[in-house]
Amino acid sequence: MRYHFRTSYAQEIRPYQDWRQLLWYVLLLVVAAVAPFLLDEYLLGELTHILIWALAGLGLMLLAGHCGMVSLGHGAFLACGAYMQYNLVNMSVPFILAIPLSGLFAGITGALFAVPALRLTGIYLAIATLALGAIAEDLIIMLEPWTGGVEGLYLETGSVYAIEFDRYAQQIASASPGHNFYWLCLLVVTCVTLGYINLLRSATGRAFSAIRDSEISAAAMGIHIAGYKTLGFGLSCFVTGVAGALLAHFVGAFNYEAFNLLISIQLLLLITIGGIGTIHGAFIGALLLGIMPLVIVAVREFIAQLLGSGNMTIPGIDQAVLALLLITFIIFEPSGVHGRFVKVKTWLQLFPLARRQLFRRSRSYLKTDRLR
Amino acid sequence: MDPLQLLVGGLANGCVYGLLALGFVLIYKATEAVNFAQGDMMMFGAFMTLSLVNQDGYNLPFGVGVCIAIAAMAVLSYVLEMTFIRRLFGQPQFSVVVLTIALGFVLRFIAGLIWGHEPQSLETPFAGRALTFGSIVLGYDDIVVIVVTLLLVGGLYLFFIYTRVGLAMQACSQNQLAAYYVGIPVKRLSSIVWAVSGVTATIAGVLFAAKGTIDPASGLLGIKAFAAAVIGGFGSLPGALIGGLIVGVVEPLAQFYAPTGYSQIAPYAIMLLVLVVRPAGIFSQVAQKKV
Repeated sequence: MRYHFRTSYAQEIRPYQDWRQLLWYVLLLVVAAVAPFLLDEYLLGELTHILIWALAGLGLMLLAGHCGMVSLGHGAFLACGAYMQYNLVNMSVPFILAIPLSGLFAGITGALFAVPALRLTGIYLAIATLALGAIAEDLIIMLEPWTGGVEGLYLETGSVYAIEFDRYAQQIASASPGHNFYWLCLLVVTCVTLGYINLLRSATGRAFSAIRDSEISAAAMGIHIAGYKTLGFGLSCFVTGVAGALLAHFVGAFNYEAFNLLISIQLLLLITIGGIGTIHGAFIGALLLGIMPLVIVAVREFIAQLLGSGNMTIPGIDQAVLALLLITFIIFEPSGVHGRFVKVKTWLQLFPLARRQLFRRSRSYLKTDRLR
Repeated sequence: MDPLQLLVGGLANGCVYGLLALGFVLIYKATEAVNFAQGDMMMFGAFMTLSLVNQDGYNLPFGVGVCIAIAAMAVLSYVLEMTFIRRLFGQPQFSVVVLTIALGFVLRFIAGLIWGHEPQSLETPFAGRALTFGSIVLGYDDIVVIVVTLLLVGGLYLFFIYTRVGLAMQACSQNQLAAYYVGIPVKRLSSIVWAVSGVTATIAGVLFAAKGTIDPASGLLGIKAFAAAVIGGFGSLPGALIGGLIVGVVEPLAQFYAPTGYSQIAPYAIMLLVLVVRPAGIFSQVAQKKV
């Protein structure tokens, strides 16, 4: 059994609990940093993809998990970042500078969208964002001069001072560029995560949580609801836009299909399976979502071998498995994989003293959100 | 093309949206959950009818096939509510949203497994025939859609006003806890509401498949029905129908008069406009939220 004996107020608000936890995170970061030397090209690509998804997940997590606003159309902001990145690079803005600028563009777009959306609560906001996600494809096709319309566009490799950031590691003698892009993603994700952690323990972050838990009591405490909601929406879209810019470089060539409604829904699945309202959740969800197709392929091949039959592809099986996973989690473990992890950890830490009721979900009647 | 002709076609389309929206509103009113799988339920019901009625399916008479499909879909929706949704009673609304989205995905997957992904169309006794009034051609399918919708809405209205179950549902939608106190079986009632909404979804699906083709991705039509429900006011039954009609009429008009691309966006643009101007929709009474 471990008990955190607090000796100063600083202990309460510092981003890590104790030196052990800090050690684990530093270790994780070191492992992530040397990963290019341990993994082959394909797995490194997958890892980069997972990092980008985690970043997009962090964006949605900030909105859904901490501001309490559900967005079913975050794919639209991902697209915002990706297309802005293309246009900025075409206008010969330096590649590195273009990434935060595209994020900023997505953020401002998001904040502008939030202004009317602010008047909506709960379900109406979900529907408005769902509509945004649904029309994103049509909008992309309509804005052809900037987006390449149906044909899509091709984004060339970015480079800064002759350091190329190409995800495809053509074996150039010095350093393989695939690593560079991975490290760039890692750097961005680390910065955003640190920023996120610090945001949560700032007054702004607490205001977000207050609004999430009860808008009326937050207003009574003197929190400017509209302002903070707009800020939350903008920040969330900023992070998602940065992820979109990185994604654009990652996939290279893309068109409107890369940002359909399914992407938005997948982002939502990501944060729900990972554990809503936690930073870990975004990473765990991205990891699961990234590994899932590989596992499905492996299982399919195994079954095919077992039955001795040849190719057995079932269209849409990925989504179905994800959906089933999601149903299982929502019903049995609404706090996601991270929630389960915390429960197991707490049980171990408290070992002989853990009580079954410790994490009991409180039963309640419907709290109405309806205006009446 | 004659604007009046566009209007008639739009009205028939709008009835389908309206029926779907009606399903959302029924569930929302009674349980305050939003069923994002409504479109997929529609698709599923339509496919069931299709395999019962079509010649290469069981080739049953049209009426019999539709009735069986409706009954099956009602049972399916009842069971869905009982096994999945009921467990989330009192949980945040967000969980139900995510759960129903996931259920929709599963339904779509199952439909794809059983019926394949090619668009199919329903063989109906009234396909291909039309009445002509001057320059306006009224397809039998359009007439059937409009008549069935009106009958169904009228029937629902009577159901809510005159039957015990309907009254109990009204009570539930006004105050669940109080309804529970006066002895209304709230849980069973919400299952029944789901069954009713499954029925309207199936009818919408049959009408939709009779007018065009249907494939597993048709469930995404539900999003347009959402727009309809929001335009009309999410808590209002007549509002849902009228919202559906608005969406249905605007679409072909925008397609005809506006540049390409705008017709897909038009329903959502109207929805966003309504949300900005009058967030609770055109037809609903607004008051303060209680803490």
